[in-house]
Amino acid sequence: MEKMPRWADVALVPLINVALAFFVSGLVVLAIGENPFRAIWIMISGSLGSTSGIGYTLYYATNYIFTGLAVAIAFHARLFNIGGEGQAAIGGVGASLVLLAFNWPYWWLALPFAVLGAGIFGGAWAFIPAYLQAKRGSHIVITTIMFNFIAAAVMGYLLNGAMKNPNTQNAETVAFPAGAHLPTAYEVLTPLGIPFSKSTPLNVSFLLALGCAVLVWFILWRTRLGYQIRAFGHNENAARYAGINATRITLITLVISGALAGLLAINAVMGQQERLIKEFVEGAGFIGIAVALMGRSHPFGIVLASLLFGMLTQGGFELIWDMPDVSREMVLVIQALIILFTGALNNMVRDPVERLFLRFRKRKS
Amino acid sequence: MDFAAGYLQLLLTMDMTVRLSVVLILACLAGLFSERAGIFDIGLEGKMLISAFLSATVAYETNSAWLGVLAAIGGALVFSLIHGLASITYRGDQLISGVALNFLASGITVVVGNAWYHQGGRTPTLTGNGRFHEITLPFIDTMNNIPVLGHFYSEVVSGHTAIVYIAFLTVPLTWWILFRTRFGLRLRAVGENPASVDTAGISVVRLRYSAVMIAGVLCGVAGAYLATSQAAAFGREMTAGRGFIALAALIFAKWRPFYALGATLLFGLLEAISNLYPNINVFNLFEIPVQFTQALPYILTVVILAGFVGKAVPPKAGGEAYVKER
Repeated sequence: MEKMPRWADVALVPLINVALAFFVSGLVVLAIGENPFRAIWIMISGSLGSTSGIGYTLYYATNYIFTGLAVAIAFHARLFNIGGEGQAAIGGVGASLVLLAFNWPYWWLALPFAVLGAGIFGGAWAFIPAYLQAKRGSHIVITTIMFNFIAAAVMGYLLNGAMKNPNTQNAETVAFPAGAHLPTAYEVLTPLGIPFSKSTPLNVSFLLALGCAVLVWFILWRTRLGYQIRAFGHNENAARYAGINATRITLITLVISGALAGLLAINAVMGQQERLIKEFVEGAGFIGIAVALMGRSHPFGIVLASLLFGMLTQGGFELIWDMPDVSREMVLVIQALIILFTGALNNMVRDPVERLFLRFRKRKS
Repeated sequence: MDFAAGYLQLLLTMDMTVRLSVVLILACLAGLFSERAGIFDIGLEGKMLISAFLSATVAYETNSAWLGVLAAIGGALVFSLIHGLASITYRGDQLISGVALNFLASGITVVVGNAWYHQGGRTPTLTGNGRFHEITLPFIDTMNNIPVLGHFYSEVVSGHTAIVYIAFLTVPLTWWILFRTRFGLRLRAVGENPASVDTAGISVVRLRYSAVMIAGVLCGVAGAYLATSQAAAFGREMTAGRGFIALAALIFAKWRPFYALGATLLFGLLEAISNLYPNINVFNLFEIPVQFTQALPYILTVVILAGFVGKAVPPKAGGEAYVKER
């Protein structure tokens, strides 16, 4: 069967989908009585117009790279992990336990152990649904959603009980030791003579996120494990027949996925809050789904999509200042529409585009 | 505690169980219609949320709870139509479509609600005819003369809003439609083996759309109940995962209407217990933390899904788009 060129499938169709999502979002803005073009301009200048804007954009993008990679690696095995929200929260507990255990003298000493703590806890939180999926056949989508709710309850229990800072009313831990402070973009760039805003939470975790993107690419396309994951995702029966252990692949993939989601805590808890608070994930686990779909589950695409969603989040905050009628949930609407158009209604755009290409080709020959 | 007080406490718990089960029953039956026709519907949650919002706003603006229900059904039908387009017409991923609709509902309700009423996503409190009122069933006085049973009648059976009775009547109605009508037979067939239905010359697409639309109507009523009966306004994220719990109940019920009633009553009971007795003291030894009681429905869902309570076999063609042979 004839096909349309690869670039159209990989780039053109997603672009049209995203454009449609933005078009419908614009209609929503119009419906509540604001000018969508002015909204777009405020969002772009708010997210890219100053080093402070850029800093926040990249900070949010860091979160989304972690959760986007988490969703994507599971997608490759045809598993849908909606539990990033809960895995990140529990990852935060892991990182905090490590950071509160010692009076860490240097950040570079604390970082690897915090990464381990966050990764192991996040991975463990994904392991239970993974085990139930692999061994008991319970649907991963519903169990991971349930685990998000359970994680919220666990966080509430810990932060009002065992881990609570006794000197405050808030549900939070005491501050991490000063030595565990991750260098911010301001602290890194100023000695190099590059001026950068002092107020942004952007920190070295951004590099960790990029490193994870490379690592995920390497695992998926350069190792035997990655080959097995992709084979399992393409055709479960064929993979089983080729001797791939389905249980093992499901468990490993989802534990890696949960660990990646858990690493979000390095950026948001260790990097920004410097203590554990209850609601630090802020929906990043769900945005990871949109990011993975938009990035076509490829690490490079995910980094690009994360930048876009970082812009949307930061721009969305600026929008509330200038347009009081637009609330920050507008970002959630845009995100939902992107998931809808790129994920579920993909064929609505793809079919006509393909037909167009085929007709064009026929005329040529 | 003497017997009379204990009995009253029990009746109170049962009454609350009935109230809290309504949303779950309607949502569970919605999922039942959809999944029996082979369409997964993760988006029950979002459909109920958008209908709760629409019912609250329309009931507030028109001061009529019934118009609120109509608006709710309309909103849920639009969402159903999108889900149908994505999963039937364009053969997209049904799970992803559901997830997108859930996010769309939780975003758009707050954005629009905030733009209209400036109360952080809440809608104004409903009063008078904007709310559903409790119906007192006849013969309360004569029934009250009968010991034990009379109080059960007046406390648990009587004194609910119209939607509660509608919801409980929907259960036998669903059973009758699915197992005693031609439409029901075809609907079940299309969820098990769409090709055979197609061969018989019946439109798979039309059947699946009807199922998805019926699910929309039921979700609409459920959402309206949430905002105009159980509460008196819309609040952000007020569905609080009930759509997912309904899906778990559906699996627990093995996709059967009367089992679904039992399963949803069980989940309703759990919610009632966590509302009425947040801190349960076990023999003065230790106290069960409130977070645990709150998380119990979710934990139980996981346990049920794990199949520790018997194996559930879903409709065979669930989740797959039907591609006609060409």
